[in-house]
Amino acid sequence: MGRRKITIDGNEAAAHVAYRVSEVIAIYPITPSSTMGELSDVWSAKKIKNIWGTVPSVTEMQSEGGAAGAVHGSLQSGALTTTFTASQGLFLMIPNMYKIAGELTPAVFHVSARSIAAAALSIFGDHSDVMATRQTGFGLICSNSVQEVMDTAAIVHRATLGSRIPFIHFFDGFRTSAEVVKMEELTDEDIRAMIDDEKIKEFRQRALKPENPFIRGTAQNPDVYFQGRETVNKFYDECPEIVQKAMDKFALVTGRQYHLFDYYGAPDAKRVIILMGSGAEAAEETVDYLSQRMEEKVGIIKVRLYRPFSAKHLLTAIPKTVENISVLDRTKEPGSLGEPLYLDIVTAISEAMSSNNPPFAKMPKIVGGRYGLSSKEFTPAMVKAVFDNMKKPEPKNHFTVGINDDVTFTSLDCDENFMIEGDEVVRCLFYGLGADGTVGANKNSIKIIGEETENYAQGYFVYDSKKSGSTTVSHLRFGKKPIRSTYLIQTAKFVGCHTFGLLEKFDVLGNIENGGTFLLNSPFSKDETWDNLPIRIQQQIIDKKLNFYLIDGYAVANKTGMGSRVNTIMQTCFFAISGILPKVEAIEQIKKSIQKTYGAKGEEIVKKNFEAVDQTLENLFKIDVPSKVTSKIEIPSIVSDKAPDYVRNVLGKMMEGKGDNVKVSEMPIDGTFPSATTQWEKRNIALDVPSWDSEWCIQCGKCAMVCPHACIRIKSYDKKYLNVAPSTFKMMDAKGKEFPDGYAYTIQVAVEDCTGCEMCVEVCPAKNKKETRLKALNMTPQIPIREQERANWDFFLTLPELDRRLINTGVIKAQQLQQPLFEFSGACSGCGETPYVKLVSQLFGDRSIIANATGCSSIYGGNLPTTPWAKNNEGRGPAWANSLFEDNAEFGMGMRLSIDKQNEFAIELILKLKDQIGNELSNAILHADQKDEAGIYEQRERVTELKKKLEKIKSKDSEKLLEVADYLVKKSVWIIGGDGWAYDIGYGGLDHVIASGKNVNILVLDTEVYSNTGGQMSKATGMGAVAKFAAAGKPNAKKDLAMMAMIYGNVYVAKVAMGANDVQTLRAFIEAEAYNGPSLIIAYSHCIAHGINMAKGMESQKAAVDSGYWPLFRYNPENFIEGKNSLKLDSKAPKIKLEDYIYKENRYKMLTKSHPTEAKELLVKAQEEVLKKWKFYEQMSSFEAGKDGSGKEETKN
Amino acid sequence: MDLTTKYMGLKLKNPIVPSASPLSESIDTVKAMEDAGAAAVVVYSLFEEQISHESGELDHYLSVGTDSFAEALSYFPAQEKFHLGPDQYLDHIANLKKAVDIPIIGSLNGVSTGGWIKYAQNIEQAGADALELNVYYIAANQNIVGSEVENMYVDVLKEVKKNVKIPVAIKLSPFFTSMSNMARKLDHAGADALVLFNRFYQPDFDLDKLEVVPNLLLSTNWEMRLPLRWIAILHGNIKASLGATSGIHNYTDVLKIMMAGGDVAMMASELLLNGVGRIAQILDGMKKWMEEKEYSSIDMMKGSMSQKKIAQPAAFERANYMKTLQSFKTLN
Repeated sequence: MGRRKITIDGNEAAAHVAYRVSEVIAIYPITPSSTMGELSDVWSAKKIKNIWGTVPSVTEMQSEGGAAGAVHGSLQSGALTTTFTASQGLFLMIPNMYKIAGELTPAVFHVSARSIAAAALSIFGDHSDVMATRQTGFGLICSNSVQEVMDTAAIVHRATLGSRIPFIHFFDGFRTSAEVVKMEELTDEDIRAMIDDEKIKEFRQRALKPENPFIRGTAQNPDVYFQGRETVNKFYDECPEIVQKAMDKFALVTGRQYHLFDYYGAPDAKRVIILMGSGAEAAEETVDYLSQRMEEKVGIIKVRLYRPFSAKHLLTAIPKTVENISVLDRTKEPGSLGEPLYLDIVTAISEAMSSNNPPFAKMPKIVGGRYGLSSKEFTPAMVKAVFDNMKKPEPKNHFTVGINDDVTFTSLDCDENFMIEGDEVVRCLFYGLGADGTVGANKNSIKIIGEETENYAQGYFVYDSKKSGSTTVSHLRFGKKPIRSTYLIQTAKFVGCHTFGLLEKFDVLGNIENGGTFLLNSPFSKDETWDNLPIRIQQQIIDKKLNFYLIDGYAVANKTGMGSRVNTIMQTCFFAISGILPKVEAIEQIKKSIQKTYGAKGEEIVKKNFEAVDQTLENLFKIDVPSKVTSKIEIPSIVSDKAPDYVRNVLGKMMEGKGDNVKVSEMPIDGTFPSATTQWEKRNIALDVPSWDSEWCIQCGKCAMVCPHACIRIKSYDKKYLNVAPSTFKMMDAKGKEFPDGYAYTIQVAVEDCTGCEMCVEVCPAKNKKETRLKALNMTPQIPIREQERANWDFFLTLPELDRRLINTGVIKAQQLQQPLFEFSGACSGCGETPYVKLVSQLFGDRSIIANATGCSSIYGGNLPTTPWAKNNEGRGPAWANSLFEDNAEFGMGMRLSIDKQNEFAIELILKLKDQIGNELSNAILHADQKDEAGIYEQRERVTELKKKLEKIKSKDSEKLLEVADYLVKKSVWIIGGDGWAYDIGYGGLDHVIASGKNVNILVLDTEVYSNTGGQMSKATGMGAVAKFAAAGKPNAKKDLAMMAMIYGNVYVAKVAMGANDVQTLRAFIEAEAYNGPSLIIAYSHCIAHGINMAKGMESQKAAVDSGYWPLFRYNPENFIEGKNSLKLDSKAPKIKLEDYIYKENRYKMLTKSHPTEAKELLVKAQEEVLKKWKFYEQMSSFEAGKDGSGKEETKN
Repeated sequence: MDLTTKYMGLKLKNPIVPSASPLSESIDTVKAMEDAGAAAVVVYSLFEEQISHESGELDHYLSVGTDSFAEALSYFPAQEKFHLGPDQYLDHIANLKKAVDIPIIGSLNGVSTGGWIKYAQNIEQAGADALELNVYYIAANQNIVGSEVENMYVDVLKEVKKNVKIPVAIKLSPFFTSMSNMARKLDHAGADALVLFNRFYQPDFDLDKLEVVPNLLLSTNWEMRLPLRWIAILHGNIKASLGATSGIHNYTDVLKIMMAGGDVAMMASELLLNGVGRIAQILDGMKKWMEEKEYSSIDMMKGSMSQKKIAQPAAFERANYMKTLQSFKTLN
């Protein structure tokens, strides 16, 4: 059978082979490797068979540690087993990797290599993770391109069986894992030819079997352990040859020959770079350029087999003429003599040179350097800089390339103008919004070009750091030869801007070539557009003599029922203008790809897309470009002039997309960034924003409570401040005893920060009595009111906050006067998590320390450039940190231990210094009641006084007390994370922490899936819901985490859903914090992964409660001590059927369309489960504790 | 006793036909209807909106947020095929055909001559014995004149007739200025049956929420008078069969419809309220009455009290109205 040319990414290339040579696959999602597991799961659900004719079993585990354990067990029991992971996930596998390797068990882990979390987390690619496994005994083999990923996968699965050495097969996260390219697919026959069945037989014979019992995994003593470890040496010695033979076998099967070390370049090269990973592709391109255009004697060694390291094969590969070697590592090992590959190369060559038979006439000069951390660009200019460094008499060693290190001066200078992109490759850039489908369309275009023309094609996509209003930049290349440019496009022949507003956000035409083509989606007509372009754009179009095309894509999309998705329209324009294919053929191919993409979702959506394609060309116009700039529109500065220096000078660069220019000296040394920086990033992403109509407002505060981005604020203030209010500033009299007499009341919208989710309008209960379609809040176009509301917002911020001691926090209308200290995050528009997070910040933010599990909340909470955790006018606010995914409960408990210890120490010191401090103050501090805001306020005052006194005392003890005096004021520890953390990966820790009795508050933002990594099933997923790894609906019921916690008896537990009962939510938060012990709040958080209209997220929450699926309750152990039942049910018995809740949401509804039979069965089971559970809770809450306070419970009857 | 009747070319064992309702969503219920004596079943309606929106809605909600953020390029697993409303409907028709012997009448509910028309063909291919078109249109647009509304009905019917070979009934609303003329137009356009009348579900207000809310009320017996009148007027004047629907709850209602000239009496509310077993009771009641009154067949009574065949044809027109009012006055 012939081999197909297909267009896929690196993850799919790896999974394609891994799936076909495995029987068991155990995985856990982690970026950027998740796709490999997800594809395997989809294939398994489709019953696609492996090369032996059986469908691999794919299982999602609770963590990577769990996945590795399952892999180990499966291997020991004789099934061919694989897994996929990256970064911290790989770290969690390390203990098992030692075991698997120690037991000489053949296996391959496919890893999309990613940065590790040090001072900061990064999801992007480098070799820091795999380099941390080189001591485990696993082999390490690297692929540099998508084609190589598939090829190497086949090679390494053969090699592991032959050598008994388990392997990590790695490739660069994102750059290779997510790069879409045209490549040759290996057929099942090819893969079959690579696998030696005899070796599988031997593997199975070594498996655990009661028919042939033995013991593996003994405990050994000083007498023999050492010898045992040395038994494996010969396997490692033989392994490189076995891998080379597998490569040779592969060459026989496919014609593509690989070597353990592949040399590319001049045979008589004097300067050689040694590296591995995708950077080798850019380096190879540059070698060609330098050799051909500049006649330089240069070359590169691509390291494929990194462990076991074969010096012999390395030395054979390096040209004998070599004088200088630069070893590039894509990792950082602080404190070492050099990075790992460098040290290996130095050792290999030094050892060889000091042997009796030195390979080179003279010891080459070897230097090492670091490049490309966290997918930092690695361009030909940087490759050249490395080659140029070797020309120097004393080449810089331990250098960096690609950054400006102005602190320790490690960086090499790069010539930014050195570019090698030639005319043989067509390069196109597309700027779009996530919501408009630009990336999807470009992926389809790449497939069309790759699979329907002779061209090779490559696509790479750059995404936003925010989840709402996110922008995308697509980089497409195609040409007659394979494309090795593993870096972003530097000069483009074609630029498409799919949203007019992006002209202000990006320098869209900065990279376009002279005479290039510019396609703009404009809401203006062909006659009006030119005058609405900013000055910079007009100038660039004129200066670069661009061919300028225009379409009103939104008009076409509207007309054809496509809403805001202009993807197929812009794609059609691209093909029509670029002429890659004849127009008719292009349209035919676009329609074919539409059918393929949308076919499963029904004919009508296909038809709409077809109509959009058909109506596109008549709306596409070429614009005659005027010779002069006519515009008066300046591109506004992204960062406000009022912003602090650090925000303007450093974060501002990141906001402008120029973060690569940030110098080392400008970065914090330990990952510490200032709070409250989102306020300086005015994103203006909402087309429509809420507008307040005070005539109908009942001042309930619900709008502010649900606002996910803290864009609706309420203040009640003395009317005297209104003297200087802008004329359009709105106010009304504050109504009710919750506000001071005679005060004014204002609801103000931060229109430049609002995402336009409409949740506030949905929950607003106040209808306009004269026109019932309107409420006290109504959506209105943002642009016409932007300026006016900016002024109003600025004025609103100047109004004083109400004294926290005067606010009745038990009533929402008053509580919502508390200033949110979590604002303008990058969370999805309409996010269901952030209203809870914001509530914590309002109630306790000025005294809270937050441990945040990795996941959505750590990303919208801590992803640069700007972060949402803020501070109040007194400079106090939440102190926030993210440790890892799996350890968050422990991380938070550590904070508690630390605070308690320092508090204890402070008390001890006060007692010691009582005489100097004075009895009255000392006693007041030691016996302070800090149960409410007033008590905390007074204690703060006392501590201020104490500090003043301490400064005068000047003893060692007083100095010590000064260090820890702040810990005399109450601190509120919050441990926040999603269900993936709480139910799965972090459950062991969470369980331990709640069992400890320590005073921590745990907030579980339960979206019932791994939201941040794209909707994978967790144990919180409801029965019958569709999620990744539950394509046929989750077969089991949701884990009852609350019940598990209540069993301890000493844990405060609440289940809340703000959309169903906001007052109960508020009470739960207040009680949880007040409870002097562990508390757990499980908060229903609607999510974009539920397939719902996010504006109506609160309605979903209500339906979940009304159906009994999500009972509301509070379990307060203090009630038990008082002789009452600890459990109080806050919601009523189910009043709607489960189906009336779940089928509001597409995560459930889609199952009725994809697996109708299973859906029916699961609905019946799930409904039974809900009723059963409800009865159980009802019974539990109906018991009455003994009146004697003994805790003995008796039934009411 | 011969209870058979002919309805748009289908020979039915009796005139009782459950009309389109959620009852036909279950194959078991349809079997029970057959067992209770139903002569045919009109399956619940496939809505134009289902055809045109369901696919788009599914695509929207499954793709919203995709390809936007590097860590979550999608939120749902890829599915090979979705069995959307239309597909499920067609499968259901096919399954019903396998499960029962009585004729199965498909139902399409819509208003435009758009793409959904082709589903008439699909319903035919799925094995339906006939098709009922339920044209549910509220003429709220002030720019649309009455003739345009009438043409809309006719155009839909013609378009469907062009595409299928099975008989096609059209279910109408009573709100035509000239009902008789409208009936004739549809008759000429090829309607195999007219089903009188569609009940427009009238919205209600929720005074607490100040919202308009849907409020489904089941029919009551008096609603039968409207189809009764128009069937009596139309009987003998058009070729198309006549089906009565709305307010038929007991055997006397069925007999009245037959005497007015109806070919079938359709019911849903009664079966929803009191179960499909009511069909057997109603048939029993009819038989007893017919025995008592010495009617040997439905055919004997069909149209016997239609406008053409009663002594005072004006009873169905203005005179009867005056008489009704006067009698009401007398009572008071």
